[in-house]
Amino acid sequence: MTVAQQAPQTESTKPPSPPPQSRNGRWSGYTCLLKARMLELKREPEVVFWVFVFPLLLALGLGIAFRNKPADVTSIAIIQGSGASDALAMIENSPRHAAIHAQILERQAALQGLRLGKFDLLVVPDGKGGFEYRYDPARPESVLSHAEVDDTLQRAAGRKDSLSTTTVASSEPGSRYIDFLIPGLIGMNLMNSGMWGVGFSLVDMRQRKLLKRFVGTPMRRSDFLLAIMSSRIVLMVIEIGLLLVFGTLFFHMRVLGSWGTIALLGAIGSVTFGGVGLLTASRAQKIESISGLINLVMMPMWIFSGVFFSYERFPAVVQPFIRILPLTALNDSLRATILEGASLASQSGRLLVLLLWGGISFVLALRWFRWT
Amino acid sequence: MPAAIECRDLRKTYDGKVEAVRGLTLSIAPGECFGLLGPNGAGKTTTIEILEGLLAPTSGEVTILGQTWNTHARELREQLGISLQETRLSEKLTVRETVELFASFYQDPRPSREVLEQLQLAEKADSWVGKLSGGQRQRLAVATALVGNPRILFLDEPTTGLDPQSRRQLWDIIRAFQRNGGTVLLTTHYMDEAERLCDRLAIVDHGVIIAEGSPADLIDRLGGHHVVEFSVSSNGDQHAKDKWNALPSVESVREEDGLFSLSVREPHLTIPALLEAVGQQGSALLHLTTRQASLEDVFVRLTGRHLRED
Repeated sequence: MTVAQQAPQTESTKPPSPPPQSRNGRWSGYTCLLKARMLELKREPEVVFWVFVFPLLLALGLGIAFRNKPADVTSIAIIQGSGASDALAMIENSPRHAAIHAQILERQAALQGLRLGKFDLLVVPDGKGGFEYRYDPARPESVLSHAEVDDTLQRAAGRKDSLSTTTVASSEPGSRYIDFLIPGLIGMNLMNSGMWGVGFSLVDMRQRKLLKRFVGTPMRRSDFLLAIMSSRIVLMVIEIGLLLVFGTLFFHMRVLGSWGTIALLGAIGSVTFGGVGLLTASRAQKIESISGLINLVMMPMWIFSGVFFSYERFPAVVQPFIRILPLTALNDSLRATILEGASLASQSGRLLVLLLWGGISFVLALRWFRWT
Repeated sequence: MPAAIECRDLRKTYDGKVEAVRGLTLSIAPGECFGLLGPNGAGKTTTIEILEGLLAPTSGEVTILGQTWNTHARELREQLGISLQETRLSEKLTVRETVELFASFYQDPRPSREVLEQLQLAEKADSWVGKLSGGQRQRLAVATALVGNPRILFLDEPTTGLDPQSRRQLWDIIRAFQRNGGTVLLTTHYMDEAERLCDRLAIVDHGVIIAEGSPADLIDRLGGHHVVEFSVSSNGDQHAKDKWNALPSVESVREEDGLFSLSVREPHLTIPALLEAVGQQGSALLHLTTRQASLEDVFVRLTGRHLRED
């Protein structure tokens, strides 16, 4: 009994052992920085909108606006006079009557209609059984209308083809505007979020003296930059994934390349633009100056790098300069991979452009970066 | 015992033109709370940032815990906690996440829960930083400095802009840190803070130390013991100042906007003589107060200006 009474007493007088002190490993700083960055991004609704939702809205809007429609009906006018009703009859009886919208008008109204773009072509009977065509060679639909109407009238008058030909209509997926657009939007999005996500947020931290505060701790600067790049890569996966899934579901895009290759390309693009963003932000002290700088860097690429339209429309003399822009290289290789299933090896030239931009930016940025 | 913080002939010139620090020498013993007191623009922030290893001096040597920044930066950072002036921490992280982030940088940090409790932030642990009051933010800033279990705490203007209760809370935290054996270096332009917290002070003005010692010592040496302030109805007399200076036990006279301040050792000798002199002059006393000398008076004596330009 005494023993039983004594036992609880010794239990309660024993001092509680302190909880073991946690020693942080080599990567605890990096892990915590990455976690903090992802939390901050998640809690910033504007960022979620601009990075994820906006590109989808853009793709939706542009894809619908520029969707492939059946060849347009052309509107023409036949000027009053003898022979006008014959022309109208020939057109209405031809197999192509659905594509040609013809009406007879008096001269002034017809001329004005051609001028204002209401009509693509004017047919003027010359009184001798023949016709004069009036069209505008600067307008593609006018040129097309001229060819089509002439062909229709000639056949109706009895022209026979001398050459035997067959026609095969081919409308492959991958050649629509939306197929061209989505890889371009992916590239543009990676550039935007890379430059703003890295460049802007670093200058903001510098202005708030947060960079200086971090540098006052044992935090390794390389861990800090690595955490920023890692968060870029995580976001990149989501950005690309969303756009491609959207494209395949809504617009029946066909992704020919392997997802692994696309992801790798996206990673290289992310890191490249992260590096360019880092370089842009290396000295700026205020968010006003970095905003101006980022726009200055990105603006030429929005226009020239083939995001919304092919850069081959630009004169030949600027083509070499366009090709060495990082966004051009990224867009071209994304298109090749997504639409044509090209291998990574075939894109080595463009990858080199990206890696050089990224590598040189990092080296210079680390030399010039103002931490305090 | 070797000094905790030491600097010799520290100089810092910005862009070859602005001399922020012009030859500063300090030696701070371990366990001491040392203050740099001075007005805005005196060079206090520049000095403390050089000592914190965040700014390179133009010339001069800095030794912290016997090591230099050039040779032992990583080791030193593990042992120091710093709180900068006006740091804005991430607004969208919670208090707990912020403290844990800073804790992750150190090899042997204190448990975050413990630090939050000590700084009375436990209730707000899951609130976003953006939602905190000024006093709470400042306590959070000090929490991030203390979580690494430092031996030296650097605080740049820790209570500027805070309400009186928050200031007192921070003072308690600083004193507790010192009681546990820590060394503190703080800068301030509040004389009450300097008097209450600091074992020793250096009064800094225009980049140089103009006086150094314990608060009581400085007041004693340079401030007189008491200050008698008064104003009279007619001050036309040019030699008024000399007359007041000649009163018994007066050490110095200062005039500002018609208000005379006498530095006095023994007011019971001076005041009756003052009343008599005023009566003889035919004037009337408009205002008379007497108070103990403070560091503000020391500063005014030394520089002719006030610590805070209000």
